[in-house]
Parts: sequence; structure tokens; C-alpha cells
Amino acid sequence: MTGEQIIFLITGVLILVSALLVVTTPKLLHAALWLVAALFGVAVLYATLQANFLAVVQVVVYIGAIAILFIFVVMLTRRELMEKGRQTRSNWWIPALLGLLILAGLVLLILSIPGVGRTVTVLPAGLDSVFALGSALVSPDAYVLPFEVASILLLAALVGAVYVATLDKK
Amino acid sequence: MTFWNNPINLIANWLNGLLTGWHLPGTLATILIFVIGITVLIVFAMVLDIGLVWVERKVVARFQDRLGPNRIGPFGLIQPVADIIKMVIKEDITPAGADRIVYNIAPVLAATSVIVLWAILPLASTIYGVDLNVGLLYIVAAGAMGTLAIIMAGWSSNNKYALLGAFRMVANMISYEIPMVIILLVPTILASTMSVRGITEAQSGMWFAILSPLACLIFLISAIAELGRAPFDLSEAESEIVAGFHIEYTGMKFGWFYAGELLHAFTFGGFMAILFFGGYGGFFGLEKLATFTWLNIPFVQALVFIAKAMLGYWVIMWIKYSVPRIRIDHMLAFNWKFLVPLSLVVLINTAILNKVLSGMPDWGYVTGMFGSNIVIGFVTIEILRAYGRKKRKAETKPAPQAQTQEQTV
Repeated sequence: MTGEQIIFLITGVLILVSALLVVTTPKLLHAALWLVAALFGVAVLYATLQANFLAVVQVVVYIGAIAILFIFVVMLTRRELMEKGRQTRSNWWIPALLGLLILAGLVLLILSIPGVGRTVTVLPAGLDSVFALGSALVSPDAYVLPFEVASILLLAALVGAVYVATLDKK
Repeated sequence: MTFWNNPINLIANWLNGLLTGWHLPGTLATILIFVIGITVLIVFAMVLDIGLVWVERKVVARFQDRLGPNRIGPFGLIQPVADIIKMVIKEDITPAGADRIVYNIAPVLAATSVIVLWAILPLASTIYGVDLNVGLLYIVAAGAMGTLAIIMAGWSSNNKYALLGAFRMVANMISYEIPMVIILLVPTILASTMSVRGITEAQSGMWFAILSPLACLIFLISAIAELGRAPFDLSEAESEIVAGFHIEYTGMKFGWFYAGELLHAFTFGGFMAILFFGGYGGFFGLEKLATFTWLNIPFVQALVFIAKAMLGYWVIMWIKYSVPRIRIDHMLAFNWKFLVPLSLVVLINTAILNKVLSGMPDWGYVTGMFGSNIVIGFVTIEILRAYGRKKRKAETKPAPQAQTQEQTV
């Protein structure tokens, strides 16, 4: 077993355990913290796959956003900051079953992709992956259209949020 | 001579030879060397931190017309050691109702979020932890971890003031992250790389502070906000919310927050030096001359870097002890209505001019960049002046609502 495999196994177990705890822990805020642990584990996986950019963006976007989530949790739980309620309903097995079905579907889908199970190819030393990603995002024969469409969607969401926020004042 | 040119590599190779000589497998030897390297770097940062306590106390004393610590050791140099002993032997209290695990993790995470920044800090051309090609984003990611640590501390203390302080801090850090991210793109465009070391190397001819002084200023402001230092220290405003998120922490747990804050300030001073003042190099081509080749020795470079970082740290302290705390609505308005638009203008200006002026000779490029920044700064000040005049006129007019109220009463 190589070092990468050991790291992968440890991180995988950590991600699974913390993901399970997100849905089972009684305290909402602990759920948010376990979510941080799970997402951080995913960032570690990206880093071991030499996807530096994705790993760092994962931390910036998700862990940075968890702080906001935290505040929302505190606001939504109102008076009881240390709220201890049951996190599961009596029909918890239906979403669990659905989750397992989706997992099975995803596994089948991923297995059908050619090249699954290959070992990681070491990137050539001089390759600047961030530069390659950046030029792919803005080059017309690569992803410029999806990139611009996503940007316009985000802009529309921003404008919509500003409009909704100022509705009361009129 | 190789020791003077590439000391870290030489030591690593020597250690590798020593460890494999003891019949350790090659990978284990590499891992051990990395662990030793990381430990040495962290120890260096923390020892520097002890020095920073003394510097901070001496400088604040001078700003407040006092002498500062001067009893223990020469110039009070042993004062930080006394501080540390005091902190370590203090009673360690966990408040009733606190979330014990989260409460204890938070100070560690706060200090970690600063120490991880040292991984990408290039002390000299051959002395650095790692040369990430996403270095600048890494700074932002470490900041996100710091935000998380603070809100964990604020919530788990089970104290209203602590929670309020943490909320303020999060509002502060998340808003000022935006101008910081935008302005970090300016050095990225100028150096056409996000690697911190690449940005330093790109400034061997001209500092980015001269190419884009406005970007330098905006980075300084958002860095101070990210640090949560005065005038952005609403999260620990003594007169309103006692001490914010570290209200319940005692002893060394408080010490971690304190040490983390000082080291954070110094580290951002270092990033100011790296991003805008040429880091360990940047002598305007002087180091290429035969008589000045000693400037390229890594130890000299490290000294130059630390001196520049100290200067940045001093500027941050200077602002901290001269400017009063600003109100939270002013803070948010200043960010969203002033800093974000200004940084967007600076970024667009840099991106366009960098392309337009790329064919020009060096002096034309530098003059164009510097001149455009001066024009933007002048226009900004004029807009602010007009806005301020309008506000003052509106205030001097008698308020019409007050009169109608009097009549109805």
C-alpha cells in the first residue's frame, strides 16, 4: 500500500463518519461543524489528486460559507442556542433508502466512465494547472459559454436578492 | 559556498544521507525530514511571536507617551517570558454550560489558521515551505478557517457578549474578504501568477506598490479588517461587549488567541512586503550589479524580508493606536459602498492597462500604471468631497419632520 492510499483511506473514513454525524447529531450547531469536517476531508482528497486549485477553492467556498450557515442556525433556533432535539423523524428510513439508491446509481455511473481505476498520473513539473484551467474557462473552443451563462445566473440571483431586500421600503 | 546559496536544501540532503545511512527506507526518511522542517518553521514563527509581544508593548507605550516594559531584563526584553509564565500558570476555567470540545478546539484552530500561512511565506529565494501555484487563494482559505475559529469560540462560550462579538467579527471578516480577494487579483495580473514566490520574483524590477499604490492601500485596509484590529476591533469592543469572543477564555487558551493575533498581524505585514514591496528581493535591479551580489545570499534576503514585514507590522500598529473604533454600520457602509467599488475599478483599470501598455518600454508602462492610479485616487477623493459637502448641507438645514411634530403636539 502506498502512502497516498493510506491517506485516502483515512480521509475517506473521516469523511464518511463526519457525514453520518451531520445527520445524526442532536445539536444543530454540531451538525454544521461536522459538515465542515466532511468538506475539509473532500479538500484533502482534491489535494492528494494534485488539484490544488479545487482543494483551496473548496476550503474558501465551503468552510467560509459555514460561518454564515452557523449564524443562520443560531437565528433559526431562536432562544435555545444549546437546543437538543431529536434529529430524526419516524420515517427516516425513506430518505436513507433514497440516499442509498442515489449512491448506487452514482457508483454505476462512475464505473461506466472509461479510465476509472487508473492510478494517478504525476503531472509534468513545468505544468501550471491554474493557468491551464484559467485559459480553458475563457477560450471560445473550451468552456467560455457555460462559464458566462453561470456568471449571468449568479448576477441575476444577486439582482433578485437586492430587489427582494428593498421591497419592504417602498 | 553552497551552504550560503541554498542552506535548506543542503541540510535536507545531509539529513537524508544520515537517515538512509541508518538503513531507514527512503520514503520514511523524506517524511521525517518534512516533519523536522515543519517543526523548525513553526518554532521559528512562535519564537518570533514572543519577540512580537515585546515589540507591540514597546510601540504602544511610545504611542501613548509611556515607557513600556523596562524592569525585567535590558529594555524589558524578558517581559514576554514573564507574560508567558503568567499565562501558563493561571487557572484554566471552562464556563458552566460551555460546549467543552468546541470551546477547547477554537483557540487551537485560531492559532493554526495563522501558522498555516507560514507554509507559503518565502523568507528567501531558497528558504520557503512550499511554492503553491494557488498561493494567493491559500491566504483567503486560511482566513476562512480563522473566521470559523472565532465563531466557534463565540458560540461555545455560552455567553451573550461572546456570541455578539463573534457575529460582528464574522460580518467584518466576510465583508472585507471581498475587496481583499478582488485586490489580490491585481498582483496576480501584474505578475501573471498566483504563486507567492513568483510574485516576489516578478518585482525584481519594480515594486507593485509603485505600479498600483491604490491596490496596496486597499490591501492594507482589508488586511487590518481581516485581523480584527483597531479601527475594526468591534468584535472585542471593551466598552460595549466586554471582550467579545475571548471573554470566557483564561490562561493559555486566551494566550493562543493573543499570540495568534500578533503573529497574524506580522504575517500580513509580511504579505504586504511580498505582494507590493518586493518581498525578500526587489532592489530595482541593484542586486544584479557585481558589488551588490551579497544581496542574493539567502540569509541577507531573509533579514531584508523580516525588516520589510516588521515595517508593515509597524504600520498596522500605527493605525491601530491612532484611529478610533468605527461603528458597525459605518464599517459595513465603508466596505460595500466604498472599498468594493473602488477595488473593482482598480482591478479593471489594471487588467486593461496591463494589456494596452504591454508593448511599451518599461518607463512608459510604469508611468501609465502609476498615473492611472493617481487619476483614480484623485477622482475618488473628489467624489467623496462632493458627497461630504452634500451631507453637510443636508444636516445644516432644519429637519422638516421635527417642526410638524411640534405643531401636532
